[in-house]
Amino acid sequence: MLRTEEVLLNVGPQHPSTHGVFRIIVKIDGEVIREATPVMGYLHRGTEKLAEDLSYTQIIPYTDRMDYVSAMTNNYVLVHTVEKMMQLEIPERAEFLRLIVMELQRVASHLLWWGTYLLDIGAMSPFLFAFRDREIILNLFNELCGARLTYNYMRVGGVKWDAPEGWIDKVREYIPYMRKKLDEYNNLVSGNEIFLARIRGVGKYNAKSAISYGLSGANLRCTGVNWDIRKNQPYCIYDRFEFDVPLRSNGDCLDRYFIRFEEIRQSLRILEQAIEQFPHKGDTMAKVPRVIRPPEGEAYGRIESPRGEIGCYIISKGKQEPFRLKFRRPSFINLQILPELLVGETMTNLVTILGGIDIVVGEVDA
Amino acid sequence: MNKWIDESMTLTNFSIILLWAIVMLIIVLGFVTYAIYFERKVIGYMQFRIGPNRVGPFGLLQSVADVLKLLIKEDTIPKHADRQLFVLAPIITYVPAFTIIAIIPFTDQLFNADLNIGLLFYVALSSISTIGIILAGWASNNKYALIGSMRSAAQMISYEIPLVISVIGIIMLSGSLNLKIIVESQSGGFWNWYFLPQILAFVVFIIAGISELNRTPFDLPEAESELVAGYHVEYSGFRFAFFMLSEYVYVFVLASLTTILFLGGWHSPFPLLDFIPGILWFILKFSLVVFVLFWVRATLPRVRVDQLMSLGWKVLLPLALINIFITALYSYMIS
Repeated sequence: MLRTEEVLLNVGPQHPSTHGVFRIIVKIDGEVIREATPVMGYLHRGTEKLAEDLSYTQIIPYTDRMDYVSAMTNNYVLVHTVEKMMQLEIPERAEFLRLIVMELQRVASHLLWWGTYLLDIGAMSPFLFAFRDREIILNLFNELCGARLTYNYMRVGGVKWDAPEGWIDKVREYIPYMRKKLDEYNNLVSGNEIFLARIRGVGKYNAKSAISYGLSGANLRCTGVNWDIRKNQPYCIYDRFEFDVPLRSNGDCLDRYFIRFEEIRQSLRILEQAIEQFPHKGDTMAKVPRVIRPPEGEAYGRIESPRGEIGCYIISKGKQEPFRLKFRRPSFINLQILPELLVGETMTNLVTILGGIDIVVGEVDA
Repeated sequence: MNKWIDESMTLTNFSIILLWAIVMLIIVLGFVTYAIYFERKVIGYMQFRIGPNRVGPFGLLQSVADVLKLLIKEDTIPKHADRQLFVLAPIITYVPAFTIIAIIPFTDQLFNADLNIGLLFYVALSSISTIGIILAGWASNNKYALIGSMRSAAQMISYEIPLVISVIGIIMLSGSLNLKIIVESQSGGFWNWYFLPQILAFVVFIIAGISELNRTPFDLPEAESELVAGYHVEYSGFRFAFFMLSEYVYVFVLASLTTILFLGGWHSPFPLLDFIPGILWFILKFSLVVFVLFWVRATLPRVRVDQLMSLGWKVLLPLALINIFITALYSYMIS
């Protein structure tokens, strides 16, 4: 007798499209997913617990390893929160350097996402194009702080290294180069009929469920909610620059794709202005005590990382180490909507939707 | 070669045919080796990479090294796999691919079997390979492999029909299923080649053909980012090599067939250039088609299963039917 049955399929932890060691148990009926259970924690290192025994400066390298494709913004959220508690005045040049590296990081992070997303969808070349252009940014970072991925660049009160001679010019040259490349990529990919058919209307949700799941970043803005912390609650020196927050309202993978793509352009716009106004002289470190002891109390700092709102919550007892430290990790929170999106979709769309959320497993598991 | 086949089978005949088969096998293996090299180089340059350049001069021996590596690998069969089917599947996939080469006329002298139903022979045999893929997926006892093979079955049904119907126009124009006669009816300059009057069929044939090859953008059965490796996920060593091999032999077959059916086979584009031997023209056109296949792979993303179905049934099939209608109308007006 003919009969069909649902099959339990383990996608991951060793699967090429889960972007690291992430696992989804799906119940499939043919190719249609009936139930999806994400399993996470394969990369859990207990960053928050470890931080309780470390001084604030020692925690910074740990933040590098959370969202390892966007380490600069992670660095910043920690030092930003500590500075907020200590009410430090940051030198102008340090603020500019921080802003430039954060925006470069956003470009690098979105490029990596763009390449791997296209790889998920089955196009191979964009992956290599994206990595070629990201490489230039990594080389710039390498020149600036000696590391290519985990920078450990920012310090409470400023940045560790000043920009070497000619570095700013190299960033200036990069902007028109990247603009040209973006147009090229637009021609190659964004107008491709197969690609558009693959992502249009896939993984759709509305603003209400996006907010109730606590989504942020491109995952929230694709539903038409205008929320970008750089604009809404400016930190660093973002209020001095002109840029747009790309918005779309359909809430599908296509919108998330175009928002991220447009964000690269906007980051380049910010970079252009920042380089124009970059102060030629000045300190890169504020006067901070040798041992950092924030006053007793608690503080929450949040910034816009490439993946969304990254937050840092610190409770200090006036000691050298934080009493409790908690990171609001956007990848982890954005991921919560996944099981709901996957029901009724096919195996192919699983990859498209998961890629569209843009997770970094290091950050999901922290 | 046809002479030997037509004669009664004697020991001499048999050894000659066997020897020729081995020579063909070596030619095909040589093609596969360098097709892989060529593909990696072409895609490499398209992606601003260099491609293989370490083994031998210009990396020419890279594929040889890869094949050797595959041959000396441990041959593993999963514990819960269906042993007989698991072993049989790569053979069933490969043998039809190689057999099809028998009907391809490279020039008016160089051909193996002069079959009167050549085109039908190709259509019939190429479907058998899919059975091998389905068997591989089923026998592996792996869920990813099973999904991959089911996709392959669904894909075969939706592309095979447009593929067959698209070549009917050519049969109507040339009045034969024999590939040699089809080529001969295209003689006398490129304006006589069938890709011009049969432009619709040409497009349908290329798309359906790529789909048959399971190559990007239709590589659903082995979609790496979804199904890891699809139907051959449990295969290793030389059994895996057989799947690889049959994929590239099909590239060989499809490129040859496109050359024969649409690009005038061994004929030169201008009668002026007839002094250049036909085999060179064949190789040139053939390489062009192969290059286009690689180019497509470097450019396009993968389509979704349901999109492939709707493309096959809703676009390609009607187009192929319209093509038959136009061809029939044209032939009627002429006569």
